[in-house]
Amino acid sequence: MSGPSLTLGALAHEVRSKNAGPFWITFDVVFTTEDDYVKVVESGALSAASIAQRYAVDPALIRIFEMPSIRVIKFSFPRPCVAGSFEDRDLHAGQQHVPLLSLPIQ
Amino acid sequence: MEPLKAVAATGQLGTGFKRETLETAAAGARMIGCDAGSTDPGPYYLGAGKTQAADAAVGRDLELIIEKALEKNIPAMIGSAGTGGGTVHLNRTVDIVRSIAARRNWKFELATIDSEVAPETVAAAYRAQRLRPLAGAPELSEDRILGASRLVAMQGVEPFQHALKQGAQVVIAGRSSDVSIYAAVPLMEGIPPEIAYHAGKILECGAAAVEERSHPDCMTAYLSANEFVMDPPNPNMRCTPQSVAAHGMYENADPFYHVEPGGTLDITSAEYTPAGDRSVRVRPGVFTPADQLTLRLEGAELAGYRTAVVAGVRDPLVVRQIDDFLASTTKVIKGKVRESLGFEAEQYSFNWRVYGQNGSMGGLEPDPRVLGQEVGLVLDIVAPEQAAAAAIASVAWHTALHHPVPQYSGLVSNLAFPFSPPSLDAGPVYRFCINHVIEVDDALELAKIEFETL
Repeated sequence: MSGPSLTLGALAHEVRSKNAGPFWITFDVVFTTEDDYVKVVESGALSAASIAQRYAVDPALIRIFEMPSIRVIKFSFPRPCVAGSFEDRDLHAGQQHVPLLSLPIQ
Repeated sequence: MEPLKAVAATGQLGTGFKRETLETAAAGARMIGCDAGSTDPGPYYLGAGKTQAADAAVGRDLELIIEKALEKNIPAMIGSAGTGGGTVHLNRTVDIVRSIAARRNWKFELATIDSEVAPETVAAAYRAQRLRPLAGAPELSEDRILGASRLVAMQGVEPFQHALKQGAQVVIAGRSSDVSIYAAVPLMEGIPPEIAYHAGKILECGAAAVEERSHPDCMTAYLSANEFVMDPPNPNMRCTPQSVAAHGMYENADPFYHVEPGGTLDITSAEYTPAGDRSVRVRPGVFTPADQLTLRLEGAELAGYRTAVVAGVRDPLVVRQIDDFLASTTKVIKGKVRESLGFEAEQYSFNWRVYGQNGSMGGLEPDPRVLGQEVGLVLDIVAPEQAAAAAIASVAWHTALHHPVPQYSGLVSNLAFPFSPPSLDAGPVYRFCINHVIEVDDALELAKIEFETL
């Protein structure tokens, strides 16, 4: 039986979401140690598929960037609705990162 | 050659900075700039012609910036005036500048750069196939362009440079690339574009590139031929290679490629190393000039008028069945709106937000259970006219307030309204309607530049 599974929320120092202009949303997953960063990158857990599943977005539209020099994984995709449109629930897209926290890292 | 010192007074005009910090920053500086606009707070400001920061806050920052620029005999450069960067926004900021200059008895050459573009100009470009959509762009049509409330073209460095070459000392621009505010002077002085644009990108947020920004404040950059140094003028603030590199990716979909009107900056190969205790040296990336000059267009269209209702629900029985309660009352409300007001459901937008359940994330909320004792309701109604939105809201709150709960008898008041009136008329609602670039043959083509001696 495998040990307790770790989550992205436990390994990352900070996970945040923000607008990148009114048409895109961007997420930064920040790690304090090299080990944590490498563990998550090598696990492949933060993938277009796992992001698409949580955000109901077409995986082909997701852009993922690994930034080892600052231990950050960034990903971005087109906003489901334009910032400030009346369907929008979060003008700055600052509270959309929570579904990532429970992402299991094996 | 001595490094060229560029100063950002703060990240957004009106958010403030310490007077002492600007004093330190301005010593030996070649320019002081500040970004005054953003799309961050949404389309309202562009669409309605309003400004986000209060005039007094903008005035306080402007007075200190211009005072320091005049003292040091260097340019003061403001971009994206008045949040939206359209003509009305620019004029409001320029009025503040004029009144300060009059009160302080200052004399200087002022240049204004108007970035607003007539819908017909954009429509003509559309017909000539000179518009290119950016990723995630809305569907455009000639009608949609002509129906926009306001359109602006994000200016690059050239209008700033032209204004300075004509003798202006204070330059107030409408919508412009925040990087170009800072890159304009260095480029004129022979600093390579990969340095000028990268430094500008970090400068434009003011003190945000430091490790822990306790309050908005100034930032400086020293630009040379092959590197630049970020140096926070506030002695209590510190840049680290991580804080500077991380800042470059903040609010950007792509952390490596950054498109400016004149070309693309690729910072994949940039290197960040400490320079002393609090500063960071940056070895630059690569700048590729564009084959075709393009300017990014921003625009807002009127989407309707909003009336909102805010209410708390605390009764545990109603909280427990909040979804059913709202579905049931909504059905009755829409029926009454059709009967009494003559509006069909398709003619207005009607949305409940349930805070304490999934208010911030809607359908993406991974755990939409109500775990607390209370929910906060926001009812958002948008209709083609304010009177219609208000009328629908009146029917809605009154109906929901007394909507029968199966387990209760008699007349209960289900909602706790904090306000009288319970509904708040919020005015016009706008939508960003364009995310395209326009091809131009001349970098000054869509800038209206005027000069004035104050």
